[in-house]
Amino acid sequence: MTSSDDERRPAGRSAAHELERYEALFATRTGRMRSSVLREMMAITERPEVISLAGGLPDTSLFEPRLFGSLMGGLPAAQALQYGPTDGLQAVKECIVELMAAEDMSVAADELIVTTGGQQAIDLVCKALIDPGDVVIAEGPTYPGAVPAFCSYEAELVQIEMDADGMQIDVLEQTLDDLAAAGRRPKFIYTIPTFQNPAGVSMSLPRRRRLIDLARERELLVLEDNPYSMLRFEGESLPTLRSLEVPGGSRDGGDFVIYAGTMSKILSPGIRVGWVVAPRPVLAKLNLGKQSADLCSSPLTHHFVVAYFAGTDWRDYIEVVRDCYRLRRDAMLDALASYLPAEASWTHPHGGLFVWVTLPEFIDTTDLLARALRENVAFVPGEAAFDDGRGHNSMRLNFSSSTESQIREGVKRIGKIIGEQVALYGSLTGQPRAAVPRTAPVEEGSMADVVSLPRRPPSAGRRRSRGA
Amino acid sequence: MTRVAVLKGGRSLERQVSLASGARVEDALERLGNEVVGIDVGGDFLSRLRGAAPELAFIALHGPGGEDGTVQELLEVLEIPYTGSGVSACARCSDKVLAKHALRAAGLPTPDWVAFSETAFRELGAGEALEEIEQRLEFPLVVKPVAQGSALGIKFARAPADVPAALLAAFSYDRKVLLERYVDGRELAVSILGDPAGGAQALPIVEAIPRGQDFYDFAARYDIGRTTFACPAALDPPVAARAQEVALAAYELLGCFGFARIDMMLATSGEPQILEINPIPGLTETSLLPQAADAAGIDFDELVARIVALAQVRSLQAS
Repeated sequence: MTSSDDERRPAGRSAAHELERYEALFATRTGRMRSSVLREMMAITERPEVISLAGGLPDTSLFEPRLFGSLMGGLPAAQALQYGPTDGLQAVKECIVELMAAEDMSVAADELIVTTGGQQAIDLVCKALIDPGDVVIAEGPTYPGAVPAFCSYEAELVQIEMDADGMQIDVLEQTLDDLAAAGRRPKFIYTIPTFQNPAGVSMSLPRRRRLIDLARERELLVLEDNPYSMLRFEGESLPTLRSLEVPGGSRDGGDFVIYAGTMSKILSPGIRVGWVVAPRPVLAKLNLGKQSADLCSSPLTHHFVVAYFAGTDWRDYIEVVRDCYRLRRDAMLDALASYLPAEASWTHPHGGLFVWVTLPEFIDTTDLLARALRENVAFVPGEAAFDDGRGHNSMRLNFSSSTESQIREGVKRIGKIIGEQVALYGSLTGQPRAAVPRTAPVEEGSMADVVSLPRRPPSAGRRRSRGA
Repeated sequence: MTRVAVLKGGRSLERQVSLASGARVEDALERLGNEVVGIDVGGDFLSRLRGAAPELAFIALHGPGGEDGTVQELLEVLEIPYTGSGVSACARCSDKVLAKHALRAAGLPTPDWVAFSETAFRELGAGEALEEIEQRLEFPLVVKPVAQGSALGIKFARAPADVPAALLAAFSYDRKVLLERYVDGRELAVSILGDPAGGAQALPIVEAIPRGQDFYDFAARYDIGRTTFACPAALDPPVAARAQEVALAAYELLGCFGFARIDMMLATSGEPQILEINPIPGLTETSLLPQAADAAGIDFDELVARIVALAQVRSLQAS
C-alpha cells in the first residue's frame, strides 16, 4: 500500500523463480538445518493457555525487580552503550574467576572469553574445530540446542548411551576404538556432566576420572558444558572435569578440557553472559571466531553483571532459585509417581532443571505432543535430543518455569493421555492392559532401575526418516 | 481499494505455515492497492474482526478450524464475504473419509481404505478385525488421521507389527483414522483455479520429488531445497490430461470454489489415485499452488487478485 513497500518488493516476481534462485544460493550446510514438525509444534507451546513443561527457562520472576532497577539505573551510561573488547570486560572476567573458584576451579582472567550465552561457546568451538564430516561425540540424549549447532557445521554426531551415572565410558571407549579402526577420531567430546540436559542425571566421579584419563591418553578435547552445577538440591557435589584436570590452586592451564559456563541459570539468560575457558591456542581461535560473529558481547549487560557482583552476594540469589526449584522438582516427581502409568519410567535429578521420562517403545512422543497440545500441556519430545532417530519414546520435562500447581496439573494431563494411549494400544494388539498408575513413589535407592535411556539399535541408520 | 482482512495463524498445528501464507498474501494485497488488516486468529477473533470491519476476508488458514468450514460458517453468520470454498465443501474436503466416499460413489479413483474412530477400537474391539483389514489393503499400508494436513501423523506400516503404533500415532492427531492402500508411484499435485467468468481450470501439474526420503514429509514440504519440484511435471500428455480431468471432477464434485489443490499418486499403471483435496492449500514460498499458477503465467499477485475477484463475484451473486 505504501510506496516504500512497492520499492522494496518488485511486483510480479514469481514464486517458482524466487525459489529456484534462492535454492542455488544456499550453502550446502543449510541442507542440514531442518524445519520440523517439532519446531512447528513448539511454536504452539507458547500460547498462554498452555502449561509448558517444554522450555528450559529459569524463573526470572524470582529476581528482585527493585534490585534490577537500581542496578540498571546505576550503570555508567557512556561505557555501557559503547562497544567492548571481544573477549569481554576485564571486570566481568574477574566475576567469572570468582564463580569458578567457588567450584574449586582456578583460572586466570586471560584464560577465558566471555561469550554471548553458553550457546555461543558451543558454536565457537564448532566453528574453530569442525570441518564437514568431522565426528563430534556427545551423550545420547544430548542438549537439544547443541544438535543444530553441530549440524550447521556439518559435523557427524555420534551419541553415547547414558545410564543413571551419566555417559557410559566403556561404550565411549569402544566407540573411539571403532572410529580409530575406521581411521577417524572425534574432534571433541561434548558433555554436560552435571544434571545433564535433558536426562537430569550426573556423571559419577569414577567416570569423570576415566573420561579425563581417556582424554589424556588419546589426546582428545572435551567440551564440558556446565550450566547447572550450582543448582544442586541434594547429594554431594561432584568436581567438574576442569577441576579434575587442573586441581584448584594449580597454576597450569588445562590441556584437554574446554570449559563452558553461563550465568543464564544462576542470574539471568536475558543478559546473555556465558564464557569459555580453553587451552590458549584454542582460545585464540575462539576469539577470532567471536570477532567475526558479533565483535563483542553486550557491554550493557557486562556492566550489569559487574554492578551485581559488586553490590550483592551472588550466592544469595542462587539459594533463592535453588530452594524454589527443589520444591518444583519434588512436585514433579510426586506428580509423576501419582499420574504416570506403570509402563513409564523417569530419572530422579539431584539438581538442574529437567526430568527425562521414558515411555513404552510403541509411543512416539512427537505425535503425543500433538495430542498433549489439545489438552494444553507441552513437553519436549525426545527425538530433539538425538541426531540419529533415537529418543522417539522419551520426553523432557522442565520444572523450573512452572508453579507447583501447574506442574501437578500438567503432569496429570500428560499422565492421562499416556494412560489412554497405553490402553488403546492394548485394545489394538488384543492384549488389553489396564493403565494402572503406580501406587508407590519410586525410592531413590532403586534409581538405576527407573533410569532407562535409549540404546542405539545396532542397525540404525544415521537418520531415521520420520514417518517411516 | 477494498478493505481486506487476512485471516492467518490460528491454533492448528499448521500455524507457522499459515502465518507464512498470510504474510505473502498481505504483501500481494497491498501491492494490489487494497487496505489490509492481518488477523492472527485466536480467542479474540470476533472482536478483532468486527473492529476491522472488512469488506472481504481472505482466509489463509490451514488445518482444523480454518480449513474445515468453522471460520467460513462464522463469516457467513457475520455476512462477510470470504475467499475460497464454502462451508459444505470445506467440511467434506477436510474430512478425508467423507471426501473419499464421495469420490468412490462418483466413480473417481481413490485408494481403497478403511476408517475407524477411537471408539471402534476401544469399545467395539475393532482391533480384532485388523488382520482382515491388512489382508484387504495389503502391506505396506498408510495410516493417517482423518482431519490433518501437511503430512502430520502419517505413518507407513510395512508389516503387521507396525500397525498398532502407527494407529496410535495417528490417533494423537484425530479421533478418527484412516488405513489406506499404499500406492506406489509419483506424487502429483493438481491445482485448480476458478475463473471469474465462470468455471474453473486445472493448472499445470506439479510433481514433488523428495530428495533421499521415502516420503514427502512435513519438513520437505516447507523447506526450500528439501524437495525438488517439477512444474509442469514431465508426463505424457494423455496421462497429464487424465490427472487434470480427475482433479477437476473432484473439485466440482465436492463443491469447491475459487481454488483448491488435489493431491494424488500416479500409480505405476499410469492411473491417478486421489489422496486428498485441500480447500485452502499453502501459499508460502515453497507451496505448490503458487508454483502451478506461475507455470500458467499467473504470478502471485495476479493469483491473489483472482481469488479475491472470485469471492467478490460470489458475494454479488448471493446478494
